[in-house]
Amino acid sequence: MDFQTVDWTVSLLAILPEILLTVLVVVILILDALWPESRRRQLGIISGVAMLGILAAMLIFVAPLQGELRDQLLLGGMIRHDVLTQIFRAMILLAGALTCFISVDLPGAGRQGGYYALVAVATLGAGLMSAAADLIMVFIALETTSISLYMLAGFLRGDERSAESGVKYFLFGAFASAVALYGLSLLYGFSGQTNIYLIADGLASGSIGGLPVLVALMLVVVGFGFKISAVPFHFWTPDVYEGAPTPITAFISVASKAASFALLLRFFMAVFPGYDEVWVNLLAVSSVVTMTLGNVVALWQKNIKRMLAYSSIAQAGYTLIGVVAISAQGGAGMAAVIFYMAMYTLTNIGAFTVAFLVSRATGSEAIADMAGLSRRSPALALAMTVALLSLGGIPPAAGFFGKFFLFNAAVDAGFVWLALVAVINAIIALYYYLMVIKVMYVDRSADEAQPIPVGRTYGWALIITTLGVIFLGIVASPVYNWALAAGQELLF
Amino acid sequence: MQPTVFVPTDLYVMLSAVLFVMGVLGVLIRRNAILVFMSVELMLNAGNLALVAFARQWGLANGQVFVFFVMTVAAAEVAVGLALIVAIFRTKRSIDIDDLHEMKG
Repeated sequence: MDFQTVDWTVSLLAILPEILLTVLVVVILILDALWPESRRRQLGIISGVAMLGILAAMLIFVAPLQGELRDQLLLGGMIRHDVLTQIFRAMILLAGALTCFISVDLPGAGRQGGYYALVAVATLGAGLMSAAADLIMVFIALETTSISLYMLAGFLRGDERSAESGVKYFLFGAFASAVALYGLSLLYGFSGQTNIYLIADGLASGSIGGLPVLVALMLVVVGFGFKISAVPFHFWTPDVYEGAPTPITAFISVASKAASFALLLRFFMAVFPGYDEVWVNLLAVSSVVTMTLGNVVALWQKNIKRMLAYSSIAQAGYTLIGVVAISAQGGAGMAAVIFYMAMYTLTNIGAFTVAFLVSRATGSEAIADMAGLSRRSPALALAMTVALLSLGGIPPAAGFFGKFFLFNAAVDAGFVWLALVAVINAIIALYYYLMVIKVMYVDRSADEAQPIPVGRTYGWALIITTLGVIFLGIVASPVYNWALAAGQELLF
Repeated sequence: MQPTVFVPTDLYVMLSAVLFVMGVLGVLIRRNAILVFMSVELMLNAGNLALVAFARQWGLANGQVFVFFVMTVAAAEVAVGLALIVAIFRTKRSIDIDDLHEMKG
């Protein structure tokens, strides 16, 4: 085992973002106690800027040190410091910062330190999920993220829908975690190892094989499937997304999902080599069912958050294509997943930000009530259009290349049928994305003279997401090549 | 001190499987949010039992350590879960999960 070689004080640098986030949580809670309510709106701005700072610190201080820490199992084998960790952690920190920015005007939560502390804890947990290399750390990180998100989903105490969303998320989430835990305990039992990278060897040399191991892995995959809302474990998604405070919906749909994909990738690469065909076929079927169900049901939705919820189920289906492609294509599938998740993080937060601002001004989450948005607030309509085009996969938005890389990886891996089904799905999806654009630009409303108020931090968030989506759409290939190099390094 | 009767590990694992299945059935059949939650706890404890049994089998401590963390996490989950259930009871005067249908579509 190679995880004793690095001095532990040095290896603390590998969890620098998590340490700083812990400090941030304490600072927020202290300021929350000291400041009067009128000043506490600043807490959101402080948290968001601090998370961007942590992201910068990570990129400046931790990335160059990779020579020493790179690809090492650190802190007793609990985490692995590699490119996958870094990329996903960066996405998650960005998502956390943007979530803070778009929460400042949230009634009932935007002025509460506890809310931002919980967002920071959820970010911390999601970051650890993308680094976890040991079953113990996998479970703790998963639960740190989930438990804080249960609270955030039900945070608006007077709001019946928020409370219901919190309870539903909690009951389904706890059930899925318990299923995953039982799978993890069986994996430990069959291999005698808790480290992900030693389990495969343990299973290979162990006397127990075949069906019991398959059952154990299946239980773990059920737990992960719930987190990424893959069909048939998606049924919680629409209700939770609709009822939760909109910034939290955005966070759940990107950070929690990205972290779960990071975990899934690591798990598949390290633990699954011996079970290839079964898993690849199972994942391919799950991918097809997930994207088809998400897209078809999204067609009928009248509520913008609910539509984006089904859209996010469909997006998880697309991303699974990349996971399937890893079996044969390795680096390309991995890079496609990384690129897709990066563009999806920016895109979806942008879409939810506009949805939040419009529903706060109109008092309604119905898609029909976005009518005339292009005349009320042209900038908001433009930001939403960029986000929807990206989700739909139309150039020049980043979503086009995201889908292109995924489908390309599938074809190269020999899954032509999967790519074809995905293309048909993307065409179906265009209908409901373009419908929203049509409502914003063509339909008229009586309130066209009143622009929708946009707070300063909301403006920052929309500028970051919109420019990010367009940037990733224009310079897609350098970013992809970088992800590809990273992806190939990870396949050992 | 060695125990006089050594219970084989597979019996423990079978018991844990029975507990786990009972928990799953409880989640699927029960309609009361607190009973559903108790069934989830039963599933977590099934996992714990399997972990300690395997830890003894392998003669390694990491399974036991895992159980401590699971127990801690479960305690945090109880606190949050019960708070959420209280919150839903305040708004709805019911904790029947069939009454949770504010959102449809």
